[in-house]
Amino acid sequence: MSSGLMSFIWEGLANTLLLTVFGALLGLVFAFIAGLGRSSERKWVRGIAMVYTEVFRGFPSLVLLFVLIFIIPTFGFQLNPLIAGILALALNIGAYAAEVVRGAVKAVPPGQLEAAIALNFTPVQRLRKVILPQAVVAMIPPFTNNLIELLKATSLVSLVYISDFTFAAQLIRASTGETALVFFGLLVGYGIIALVFTTAMKLLERMAARSLGRTVPSGLFGRKEVAA
Amino acid sequence: MSEPYSSPSADVMIQFDRVVKKFGDHVVLRELNFSVKPGEFVTLIGPSGSGKTTILRLLMTLEQVDGGTIQVCGDYLSHMQRGGRFVPADERYLRARRKRIGMVFQQFNLFPNMNVLQNVTEAPVRSLGLSKADAAERARDLLDMVGLSDKVQAHPMRLSGGQQQRVAIARALAMRPQVLLLDEVTSALDPELVAGVLSVLKEIARTTDITFLCVTHEMQFARDVSDRVMMFDKGQVIEDAPPEQLFTQPAHERTRSFLHAVIDRSG
Repeated sequence: MSSGLMSFIWEGLANTLLLTVFGALLGLVFAFIAGLGRSSERKWVRGIAMVYTEVFRGFPSLVLLFVLIFIIPTFGFQLNPLIAGILALALNIGAYAAEVVRGAVKAVPPGQLEAAIALNFTPVQRLRKVILPQAVVAMIPPFTNNLIELLKATSLVSLVYISDFTFAAQLIRASTGETALVFFGLLVGYGIIALVFTTAMKLLERMAARSLGRTVPSGLFGRKEVAA
Repeated sequence: MSEPYSSPSADVMIQFDRVVKKFGDHVVLRELNFSVKPGEFVTLIGPSGSGKTTILRLLMTLEQVDGGTIQVCGDYLSHMQRGGRFVPADERYLRARRKRIGMVFQQFNLFPNMNVLQNVTEAPVRSLGLSKADAAERARDLLDMVGLSDKVQAHPMRLSGGQQQRVAIARALAMRPQVLLLDEVTSALDPELVAGVLSVLKEIARTTDITFLCVTHEMQFARDVSDRVMMFDKGQVIEDAPPEQLFTQPAHERTRSFLHAVIDRSG
């Protein structure tokens, strides 16, 4: 393969990683705002958070991409395509992850909140010092799923002419005609990236669990064990 | 900040005035009246569901009253006055009142994201504004008192239930409360660990002038440390007497049958 074609691959790979990492970070922000919003005491906050999660969970990412890249500019507002891609993916994955945040916060035993109230913490301190540090540990495994979903969803941006990994592969396929080889390579490529992300998250999970005095069994597919 | 366990001048520490608490249609407390003097150790006994724990939870502001008022140190607990009217207290008001009250829970509720020392220092630093060094010194003294000076850096989940509960006691005391609420603090413990926790509590009751309100099924403990025992049934105090009198010559038939049942069960 010529070095020209290889440079497409590297650029595509870089864009895919960029979309995944920044999509995840921005999605995390949406997820925490919406997930905590849904646990708010104020009705209107819960309402806004619920509308966000329900709307963006139901929206196909592809349609969202089309809207951001082809429709929004007709109102005279041109987004950088990569940023539009990150935003579309983040809005979608954030809505899913918001449910993870909400569930994990809800799963912290009520006695923890009561102890924090009894020790006269402010509502913000209760959340920051007691509830979230415990809830975050429970969020990591489902977040890993969300992250892999996000990685796979990034391939959609190739349809709006953003030169991601899939787009680069399409170019190479068009210029070489090696359909089977290219798509097989694409699958392996995504698989390897997913494996790297999963491993990183597994390490994160173990670190987080240790902060709560628990242990996570070793091995990538650790056996199910009751936490110590 | 460094004042000793307080000794308020008023001669009533806790005052319940026609307190009503309902959960849905179920009335847990019906127009309950009682008062507790400063420094008193009062034990609440009675069948489960009689509202004992609810009383502690109301005092800790974990629940709100549906009627009547509670006063602690002469201040209304969950009501404040605004324009001559009583309105439900807001968070700022509640925090100022909560400062005086501490609670030890049946399930310990230690924070698993902190080690033993942090569990004891976090609240004094955050809500009393103590420096980290002062809070740590206070915590070490308290952990020493509950016999856990060697577990300062340990993780709470690595401790036995009895040790966890003693950390929880130290954690509550670190806030220097005037009132300490004990909610079945030994009920979740293995039998051989109960004595250690109770002896720590006895020592605290003996050496401080904290006002205690204690819900327990440990009748011998109640008899040893209480100044008064109140027997509850169906959200009302049906008997209120010094422990010797209540345990040896209960006046009320319901008290007699309850004590019989409890004593039969524990052999």
